[in-house]
Amino acid sequence: MLYLDHAATTVVRPEVQAAMAPFAAEAFGNPSGIHGVSRHAKNALEEARERAAELLGAARPLEIVFTGGGTEADNLAVVGTALAGGRRRRIVTTALEHEAVLESASFAGRLGCEVVIVGVARTGRVDPAEVIAACDADTVVSVMAANNETGAIQPIAEIADMRPSGAMLHTDAVQAFISEEVTVAGTGADMISLAAHKLGGPKGVGLLYVRNGIELEPVIHGGGQELGRRSGTHNVAGIVGLVAAMELSVRDRKGFRRRVGAARDRFEEVLSAELGDVVPTVGEPRLVQHSHLRFPGVPAETLLIRLDQAGVAAAAGSACHSGAIEMSHVLEAMGITASAAAESVRFTFGWVNDVSDGEDAAKRVAAVVGELR
Amino acid sequence: MRALVAMSGGVDSSVAAALMLEQGHEVVGVTLKQWQGADGSMPTSGCCTVADAEDARRVAAQLDVPYYVLDHVADFRERVVEPFGAAYVAGRTPNPCIDCNRRVRFRTLLERTEALGCDFLVTGHHARVCHRGGRYRLLVGKDSAKDQSYVLHMLGQSELARVRLPIGELTKTDVRSHAARLGLRTATKPDSQDICFVKDDYRAFLREHFEAVARPGPIVDTAGEVVGHHGGTVDFTIGQRRGLGVALGEPRYVVDLEPTTATVVIGTRRDLEVAGCRLDDLAFVAGVAPDSGAALSVKVRYRADAVPAILEHDAQGTIVRFRDPQPAVAPGQAAVLYDGEEVVGGGTIGSVIRTSADGES
Repeated sequence: MLYLDHAATTVVRPEVQAAMAPFAAEAFGNPSGIHGVSRHAKNALEEARERAAELLGAARPLEIVFTGGGTEADNLAVVGTALAGGRRRRIVTTALEHEAVLESASFAGRLGCEVVIVGVARTGRVDPAEVIAACDADTVVSVMAANNETGAIQPIAEIADMRPSGAMLHTDAVQAFISEEVTVAGTGADMISLAAHKLGGPKGVGLLYVRNGIELEPVIHGGGQELGRRSGTHNVAGIVGLVAAMELSVRDRKGFRRRVGAARDRFEEVLSAELGDVVPTVGEPRLVQHSHLRFPGVPAETLLIRLDQAGVAAAAGSACHSGAIEMSHVLEAMGITASAAAESVRFTFGWVNDVSDGEDAAKRVAAVVGELR
Repeated sequence: MRALVAMSGGVDSSVAAALMLEQGHEVVGVTLKQWQGADGSMPTSGCCTVADAEDARRVAAQLDVPYYVLDHVADFRERVVEPFGAAYVAGRTPNPCIDCNRRVRFRTLLERTEALGCDFLVTGHHARVCHRGGRYRLLVGKDSAKDQSYVLHMLGQSELARVRLPIGELTKTDVRSHAARLGLRTATKPDSQDICFVKDDYRAFLREHFEAVARPGPIVDTAGEVVGHHGGTVDFTIGQRRGLGVALGEPRYVVDLEPTTATVVIGTRRDLEVAGCRLDDLAFVAGVAPDSGAALSVKVRYRADAVPAILEHDAQGTIVRFRDPQPAVAPGQAAVLYDGEEVVGGGTIGSVIRTSADGES
């Protein structure tokens, strides 16, 4: 199986497994306790927090809130700030955000927050001026660092520079972190969401960076862990795995961009040469690992099934609970017609791929598309 | 060879998939996603629900065959659900499963069969296909109590050439014992009875989605005398006896629905009986209609017995005349013609013929 769906989730790195192993076994302690078993777990947790803060360039470790994944981090960022202090702050976000952000905004909207969804151009990129025009001094702004479907990189730093003082900026960097430099200084964001499993770590664990001084209404209530911002016994093994995966991602980022970028570029090059009329959904700047393409005249659903049979795993749109492919809200927001969207497929490369995988994938995809035409 | 198996999540199609594997075929399982609620969810009861797709997926995983859910919600809404509502608004009693098979399901599945590189399509219907005398024939299933040939009558030669119905060779007891032998999770799952896109009460569904069916109107007797009032023709089906809200000595039945005036006509059992019916949407398995005067038997409802009848062609089209008058023949339902255990074809009941002297209404 040639797996080209690394944006959905990627291969767990062996170093991450090794780092987690003790915490899935003998080091089983709950960090919230007074005895030695707890202390050992607590040390691991706080070391992980310190290292995560360093990797993101956060001023203090306690700006890191560990969560049960990227979706939960997005919920906490959007709902937690919009409702903090009993307020109903305005939320400004974009039509191409992940559902974790859009549905959180919609939830806060039902609780009385004003929600503004800024549209996007056919380029798949938001216009910072449009985002800023929708803000006032008491706004939560949420714009993703790069889109998970198309890979289009968003102008976060520009939005951060232009925003009115008092407006809080959140960025979902879940998809971007593995290949793009994401730091507090570089993005200028007040909140950053990450998920371990997109980085070669385990599923079900993530974090939210929250700039010191930002008040949060928790979305998970309970025993008051994470300074009351996220209750629930810590997933120590997961958190250790998350930070190990972040560490490896940052350390290997240059190599990833070179290696995986070469695989993706070779894939598109060979595919264009073999098929001629393959249409990329977005231009640069985009994530080096993403290739979102339209194959005119070929239904994506059929293509994906035939690729699965031919040993190539790819994706399209977003899969619903039943697994059927549905129209992507991202492509819809970009003004792409339903019929064009239904011919579009996402190939995403990962840390395990190199240039030969790009060439192999292109040949296999071209052969299947050829059969379907 | 490679079989595309339409898996509904029920025991029949689960066993169909397993039997294909045992016969040495490669299997690809699919479920057609046909309906979703306003929030994008699938209904939680009836066939083709989330739980059913999940059962199909789990059975496919157990059999270690690839499985996909194919979206044809838009097509299904346009070609099945909208006409279903429109038929009720027009005072008819549609059979959406037949409309689906006729307009959506088999066409879609056979297209996918080819596009996905499969050699033939398998479904879990209780009916049989055989090739005899130079053509494909559609026969009733071996288990007459479970026979589903009625809903497949529109399949012609080109479809039957590419369809296999392994379950039709078995009784339901056989199917369940195969499922138990294979350890399939669907072995004891009850048969589905409902319309797949309706949660529980189809009348509530119609009221919600097609307001015109809830228009109040008069209840009249066959002489045109108003005997009561009702809250919408949706609450009435031809042949219905209960819930008429009128008390008259002899039992009364719904004998006609007049959509333009939202009138429900009631009458005695004798008023309910008709001599025949006129058919639309004709389809014949052999591709051509039998000659006028052919003595056949006909089923006018899914669960009705086949009764003797004569097929006639006239200038307006095709008529079925019953040997004995039949009650509760509802326009919109399918009339399916049989020659013994073989399906000849059928159509949609367009109108009924009340007397043997050709007086149509």
